[in-house]
Amino acid sequence: MSESACVKPAESWLNRRRKTLLIIGIGTLILSGVFIWGLLLPAESFEADYSARRLAPSLAHLFGTDNLGRDMFYRTVAGLSLSIRIGLLSAAISSVIALILGSLSAIFGGTVDAVVNYLVDLCMGVPHLILLILISIAMGGGAAGVVTGVAVTHWPNLTRLIRAEVMQIRSAQYVQVARRLGRGPLHIAVQHIIPHVFPQYVVGLILLFPHAILHEAGITFLGYGLPLDTPAMGVILSESMKYLAAGMWWLAFFPGVALLLVTQLFDGVGEYLRVLIDPHSSRE
Amino acid sequence: MNKSLLKYLSGSLTRMLLLLASASTLSFFLVTASPMDTVDAFLDEVNVSDEQRAHIEEQWDLDKPPLQRYLIWAKHALHGDLGRSVSLHQPVASVLRERFKASLLLMGTAWTLSGALGFLLGVAAGMYRGSWIDKVIKTFSLVLASTPTFWIGLLVLVVFAVELRWFPLGLSIPIGHLASEVTWGERLHHLVLPALTLSITGVANIALHTRQKLIDVLESEYVIFARARGETLGQILRRHGLRNIALPAVTLQCASVSELFGGSVLAEKVFSYPGLGATAVEAGLHADAPLLMGIALFSVLFVFAGNLSANLIYGFVDPQIREGGRSNV
Repeated sequence: MSESACVKPAESWLNRRRKTLLIIGIGTLILSGVFIWGLLLPAESFEADYSARRLAPSLAHLFGTDNLGRDMFYRTVAGLSLSIRIGLLSAAISSVIALILGSLSAIFGGTVDAVVNYLVDLCMGVPHLILLILISIAMGGGAAGVVTGVAVTHWPNLTRLIRAEVMQIRSAQYVQVARRLGRGPLHIAVQHIIPHVFPQYVVGLILLFPHAILHEAGITFLGYGLPLDTPAMGVILSESMKYLAAGMWWLAFFPGVALLLVTQLFDGVGEYLRVLIDPHSSRE
Repeated sequence: MNKSLLKYLSGSLTRMLLLLASASTLSFFLVTASPMDTVDAFLDEVNVSDEQRAHIEEQWDLDKPPLQRYLIWAKHALHGDLGRSVSLHQPVASVLRERFKASLLLMGTAWTLSGALGFLLGVAAGMYRGSWIDKVIKTFSLVLASTPTFWIGLLVLVVFAVELRWFPLGLSIPIGHLASEVTWGERLHHLVLPALTLSITGVANIALHTRQKLIDVLESEYVIFARARGETLGQILRRHGLRNIALPAVTLQCASVSELFGGSVLAEKVFSYPGLGATAVEAGLHADAPLLMGIALFSVLFVFAGNLSANLIYGFVDPQIREGGRSNV
């Protein structure tokens, strides 16, 4: 086929693939920027300053200051960074649980499958917040309790997904042919199953982040999560409740918007990555 | 058919009992493993000698190993005795009953509202797919899906209670009134904001789901044929759309009670609404082990009832899905 046979409409540099990549890149950049900024932020930037109490948002204090004169903008950045850290950790643990249980139940079937399904049922049968409270109590509160709780409650969906994927590939014709040709299980796993499941796993993992972050904020908000002296989103929002009636709306509004933006960014990066990896899912 | 339904019901019942048993075991050992001290919580500020303390521990069987304690608890629970709440000094069963009434009012209102609103939004978005209505509803739902419930609650509180002063800041009845003197009007007045918060969070899921289902239906061949026959969009919606999407929506809404319960915990905390969720939070903070166990058990039962009714509704209405039906013979 000659070059002229397929005349294409003038295509701009920014095609859909590049656009998707660009969005993923920018999203990741912003998220890692917030993460690193919060890590490097010196604690002095949001320490109490009694000469600047209860200030409404202004250029000097973008998100205003609270009852102790702490700058809410820097506190929010630090809180988001902490949320991202905890979200990453607990989502990673959760996804590893999902990976192991999902592949085990797909590969061995029978009793193992039944046990895994039962665990999924059990985990879905208790409202997550109640389970989070129970786990947090069992661990004596603190960051370890939150990470364990979130990790233990978020694996069922991904487990089901991985189980279905692995089962589907195992019964695919090309895998059966490979088996007939005498390929060992290791070869099939490395050559066929992992390349197919891994991208799904990564997308599932990224889409777990926003849930993990929101549950961390929720459980901390209820008083079970991170200690009160940490600049965590849940602590910030739960403290704000005391001053809302006094008209200090900015204490709740801006940190919440920032939290929402972060979860939306994670969601966006995950969704676009899914479109990139699995174009069929982007029919919408 | 009746036989298969019976079989299905008994199967579900067995599963529920198994689930309850494991959930209660799990909760019991989580509560037992915790470093919180129920005796301290019970004594509050009262100073007692070590001997008296040991006596209390002995009475509560705290000197026995956990497994034996669990069996004792389970035996009593099977007889309907869930023990006494340590912090509220009442039987757990009566606390549950009383608080659940308040929660049921809240959750029921939110459940119905979010279902109806979500369904309408989903239908509107699906019918005018690609238009600005669709885009607005879709974006709104997607953003809402990852918005923390308690933050919505705080915003609602700021706007309607602090700035506009339309509704009270919290609680389920006015301060300083006996529960028996409160009129229904006052009760509803206090219910509006928490219910609104909880409904807003529930809308996203059902709207997105309904939208997708309606789009699937509208793309099907029978709808294309109906269009070719000259049916209008309204007729298509009535004759083909609603019939196909109403059922999945109801089922989804039934299956969402787990999230509803979780949401109610947060909403009740924001509005200091004395329901089951707020009680769970208090029970944990006050090391009230028996109450916590009761609530955990109750929440499992509640979620199971939601899922079971989802399956049953599906089975009754849609013969294709009916469990154990003859479809695969």
